[in-house]
Amino acid sequence: MMGGTVRSRRRKALLLLLAPISLILGLFFLIPLGIVVVYSFLEPGLYGGVEWTWYPYNYGRILGWPLNAYEEFDPIYLAIFLNSLKFALLTVLFSLLICYPAAFWVSRMSQRRKSFVMFLITLPFFASLLIRIYAWLLLLRPTGFINTVLETLGVISQPLDMIFSGFAVVLGMVYIFTPFMFLPIYANVEKLDYQLLRASRDLGASPLDTFLRVILPLTAPGIMAGSIIVFIPALGNFIVPSFLGGSKVQMTGNLIERAFLQSRDWPFGAALALLIMASVLLVLMLYIMRSAPAHERGAT
Amino acid sequence: MGFLQIASVHKAYQTPEGPLVKALDDVSIEVRSNEFLTLLGPSGCGKTTLLNCIAGFEDLDGGDLILDGRSLRSVPAHRRPFNTVFQNYALFPHMTVNQNVGYGLDVARVTRAERDRRVAETLALVGLTGFGGRRPAQLSGGQQQRVALARSLVLKPKVLLLDEPLSALDRKMREAMQIELKSLQHSVGITFIFVTHDQEEALAMSDRIAVLANGKLQQLGTPTEIYDRPANEFVANFVGTSNLFTGKVVERNGPDLTIETANGRRLRAQSNRFGLGDRVRLVLRPEHLRIVGPQGGDADCIIGGRVVDAVFLGSVVQVHVDVGFGRTALLLHPHDRRNPQSDIAPGAEVRIAYAPNSAHLIMATGE
Repeated sequence: MMGGTVRSRRRKALLLLLAPISLILGLFFLIPLGIVVVYSFLEPGLYGGVEWTWYPYNYGRILGWPLNAYEEFDPIYLAIFLNSLKFALLTVLFSLLICYPAAFWVSRMSQRRKSFVMFLITLPFFASLLIRIYAWLLLLRPTGFINTVLETLGVISQPLDMIFSGFAVVLGMVYIFTPFMFLPIYANVEKLDYQLLRASRDLGASPLDTFLRVILPLTAPGIMAGSIIVFIPALGNFIVPSFLGGSKVQMTGNLIERAFLQSRDWPFGAALALLIMASVLLVLMLYIMRSAPAHERGAT
Repeated sequence: MGFLQIASVHKAYQTPEGPLVKALDDVSIEVRSNEFLTLLGPSGCGKTTLLNCIAGFEDLDGGDLILDGRSLRSVPAHRRPFNTVFQNYALFPHMTVNQNVGYGLDVARVTRAERDRRVAETLALVGLTGFGGRRPAQLSGGQQQRVALARSLVLKPKVLLLDEPLSALDRKMREAMQIELKSLQHSVGITFIFVTHDQEEALAMSDRIAVLANGKLQQLGTPTEIYDRPANEFVANFVGTSNLFTGKVVERNGPDLTIETANGRRLRAQSNRFGLGDRVRLVLRPEHLRIVGPQGGDADCIIGGRVVDAVFLGSVVQVHVDVGFGRTALLLHPHDRRNPQSDIAPGAEVRIAYAPNSAHLIMATGE
């Protein structure tokens, strides 16, 4: 075993290089995740904490099954989850509608202007997320900036009811996640060979045909990547709905927060958290399954 | 005769520095039906701009394009009966060969059966039967080239525009494709307008060549016309190699002219186009010059000099001869293995002769 072969030495080097990240992920991700999984099947303690008994009803409760004789079937948590799905998908949709055309616009700019736009896109990250969300609160509330201006101009006679609504939540999330949508789409659009669009036109394709048959398929990887990067944090988000949704608009993220911090029902919070993780994993799996064959086909 | 008329076309660009650059300056060409026309010129001469104007990718600033008597100025690119083979092929990377070739038929909403039949037929024409399921990335450069050709030819255009399609191929492949393109053009009977900066390629393939420089048409003619009777100094130098001698016609006897250069050298030539006192330039191709012994030749068709360099090229030896007054003449000497060429070794004194009727005369400009 003296010295060892090149291969075994390479393997040792690899293990050494991977040790720190494996240790951190193992300690602070896999073990806590295991605890969450275990807790989600335990009975909540009367004063917080858990009772070590097998208790699958946390999941049943999400689906609406009554816990005891006094409760009725009520899929309220499922409805909130579906609502979260809807808000997350709307966030993806609107940030896509904003970013897709913008990416084409920026990709045709001069190098200097591109760099400047990139700087502008990262600019919001210089300010705290909480401050930026709070700013929307000031803009949207009945006595806020937007309503005051519109009333002064005489466009409206009564303040618009914008704050604490689904609209405000989606607006806030689109605002936060737009850069994450823009960057992957831009990276993809930037690579697009404009000669292909010329070729399409030359072969008799109308602008719509060119878009549907050439531009869209070639930029689909960027659209998919951006959508997933936005969808995942949007689905589990709780800051935006708790600020801009108030008590009227709930997302699963708020339920989890409340289960852990207010009702001290850790097993139920754990079950909800795993529900979000499972849906994210499902979306990722669909994405990988769809994109893997395209990769084998040699598409870029 | 011309079924596509390029009628005094103008096109100018605003450069970032400010001045307007004339990419096309009053270019007129009558393109004939079923001909192989080459637009030849150095980079920046306007040949690609002209091709883009014909394809409809760029608007004309002036002039007109007339196809079968109808102006194309208001016809957008996707409605023109022309197709283009792009320099880098511009194949759609996300589609198979079949989908690429069928693209134009798909957007024209041709029926499935008809489309499949024509795609298979065209792939057979370019020798790619069986490659329909592959993607462009899985093909060699030459194969991609054929797909690009098939994708255009399947639409049976009235004119096929080719933008330096062979420049990305290696030399052997390029020469094979030259022959293939030419025979393809014959078999499909479509007018080809071919853009290149390679004069050998132009001479080898074309029915006619249009030489462009600085946005202007320099000469339009068959390859032999262009080579044997270049219209001006630019064409004489760009197409093939030329030895140029400038002088004044000092004697005229019918078509026989004697030209005296500024250095007092007297050279003979034949032409009906020039008279006494005209300033002319004598164009002598290297293959028309030969080395003669001390006695041979007519004195006015002899140029004396000293060999500077002899470059062995296989069948010929390229000899650089210092002919005095700072001028070097280039000639091609046949190589003969039975006769070692000590007489053209560097430093050797030689006499160069030419036949008066092999010299071509052009109008002298400048100097």
